[in-house]
Amino acid sequence: MSSIGTGYDLSVTTFSPDGRVFQIEYAAKAVDNSGTVIGIKCKDGIVMGVEKLIASKMMLPGSNRRIHSVHRHSGMAVAGLAADGRQIVARAKSEATNYQSVYGEPIPVKELAERVASYVHLCTLYWWLRPFGCGIILGGYDRDGPQLYMVEPSGISYRYFGAAIGKGKQAAKTEIEKLNLSEMTCREGVIEVAKIIYKIHDEAKDKAFELEMSWACDESKQQHQKVPDDLLEEAKAAARTALEEMDAD
Amino acid sequence: MASKQPENSLLGPEADSQRTLYPYVTGTSVVALKYKDGILMAADMGGSYGSTLRYKSVERMKPIGKHSLLGASGEISDFQEILHYLDELILYDNMWDDGNSLGPKEVHNYLTRVMYNRRNKFNPLWNSLVLGGVKNGQKYLGTVSMIGVNFEDNHVATGFGNHLARPILRQEWHENLSFEDGVRLLEKCMRVLLYRDRSAINKLQIAKITEEGMTISQPYSLKTYWEFSAFANPAQGAVGSW
Repeated sequence: MSSIGTGYDLSVTTFSPDGRVFQIEYAAKAVDNSGTVIGIKCKDGIVMGVEKLIASKMMLPGSNRRIHSVHRHSGMAVAGLAADGRQIVARAKSEATNYQSVYGEPIPVKELAERVASYVHLCTLYWWLRPFGCGIILGGYDRDGPQLYMVEPSGISYRYFGAAIGKGKQAAKTEIEKLNLSEMTCREGVIEVAKIIYKIHDEAKDKAFELEMSWACDESKQQHQKVPDDLLEEAKAAARTALEEMDAD
Repeated sequence: MASKQPENSLLGPEADSQRTLYPYVTGTSVVALKYKDGILMAADMGGSYGSTLRYKSVERMKPIGKHSLLGASGEISDFQEILHYLDELILYDNMWDDGNSLGPKEVHNYLTRVMYNRRNKFNPLWNSLVLGGVKNGQKYLGTVSMIGVNFEDNHVATGFGNHLARPILRQEWHENLSFEDGVRLLEKCMRVLLYRDRSAINKLQIAKITEEGMTISQPYSLKTYWEFSAFANPAQGAVGSW
C-alpha cells in the first residue's frame, strides 16, 4: 500500500529522491497501529479519550495509564509506542516545571506544545537517534481558554478543535466533524467521546478494550484530571446504548 | 598560592558568599497543638530585620497539599525557598492522579531530609519548621530545626515559644481539646510571647487544619494590659545611679 524505500529508508538523515524522509513515515505507522486516541475542545474545556486495547485478561483495569497530567492545567494522551510516550511525557513535565520556576506562572499550552514538538523533532535530526513512535494529543486550559494541540512523530504540531490518532482515526474524525463543538459543554463532550470510541472500536480485529478519559474544564476548576467515575460510567452506559440502537437498525 | 579546595566546595573564604552565614529577615515563634478535630497553629505576622520590626504582614503559615500546614520561624527567604520545593513535590504528587496524596508524615520526613542534608553541607536553610496535618483521621504534628533535629509531639513550638509557651502547654494541654479551648490556650501562649519576646508583634493569625481542610483566620490583635503595678515604675527600688 505504501512505496518501498529501497535504500532511502535506512536512516532518518536521508531524503528520498521525491523529498520524503521514510523513517519518519514509518514512525507514523507505529502510531497508526495503536488504539485510537481522541481529543475535542468544547465550549468550556477539553476532553480526551483513549481506546486502550487490552492485550491480556490478566491485566488490572486502570493500569497502564495512557493519559498523563503534565502540569495542573494540562495533560497529554499518547498513541503508539508506550515507552516512547513515557519519555515525551517526562520531558513535557520537566519543561512545564522549569517554565513555572523561571516565569512564576503555569506554562501556556501553546508554549508547551511548541516545546514538545521541538523535542520530538530533535530526534529526527540525528542518525544515532530514532524518531519517537508516538503521536500526542495535548490538551490544556490556560488564560487564553481551553486549547487542543496534536504532535506527530515528524515534530509537526497544530492546534485543533477536534483531533484523532491511531487505528480508527479516519472514522473518529468523521464522527467528530458531525459534532457541534462550539455549543457543547464538557459534560456532554465526555458522553460524545465515549460514544465515538465505542462506535469505531472494531470488535472483529481487537477483542477487549478499556476506555480512559480525562478533561480540563470549568467544572474541574481548569485542572487536568481523570473524568470522575460517576460521569465515566454514565458515558460508558450511554455509549453502549447508542451502539445497541445502531445494531438494532 | 592557590586554594586546595575543589571548585564546588562550600568551605574557604571565596565560598562564604555562596552559603548562609546568618539570617537577615526573620520571623519569631510558631506555636501549635493537636486538638479534637485536628491541628491548631498560631504565628504572628512580623518579619524583623535585625532589631527593627520591618515587615508586619508576613504570612508565616501556609497550606501544603490537601492535608498539611507548614509554619516557619527564622529566615523568611529560606521559608519561601522551602515553599518552592514543596510546591514541586505536591505538583508531582498530584500528577499521578491516582486518588492518593502526600500526608503530613510524608511531608515532615521530606523536610527533615532537606534540612539535615543542607546542614551537612554547611549551607543551612535558617528555619525552624512546624508541620501539622490530618490524613484519614490521623492527626500529626511535628517539627524540624535548621540542623535537622526532628520529632513529633502533641504540642510544639519554635524559638522563644519553646521557653515560654511549651511550659504552659505542658500544664494545660489535654487530649480532645475543643476548638474554642484550643484557641484560648494558643492565645494564652501568644500573649505571653507578645509581652516577653521583643521580636513579637501584636498581629497574629491562627490556622486550623482538619480532615475537611485548612482555614486561616484574618489577622487580629490580642488584648493586652499594661497597668500592672509592677510595670508602672519598673526602676523603683533598683540599685544603681542611673
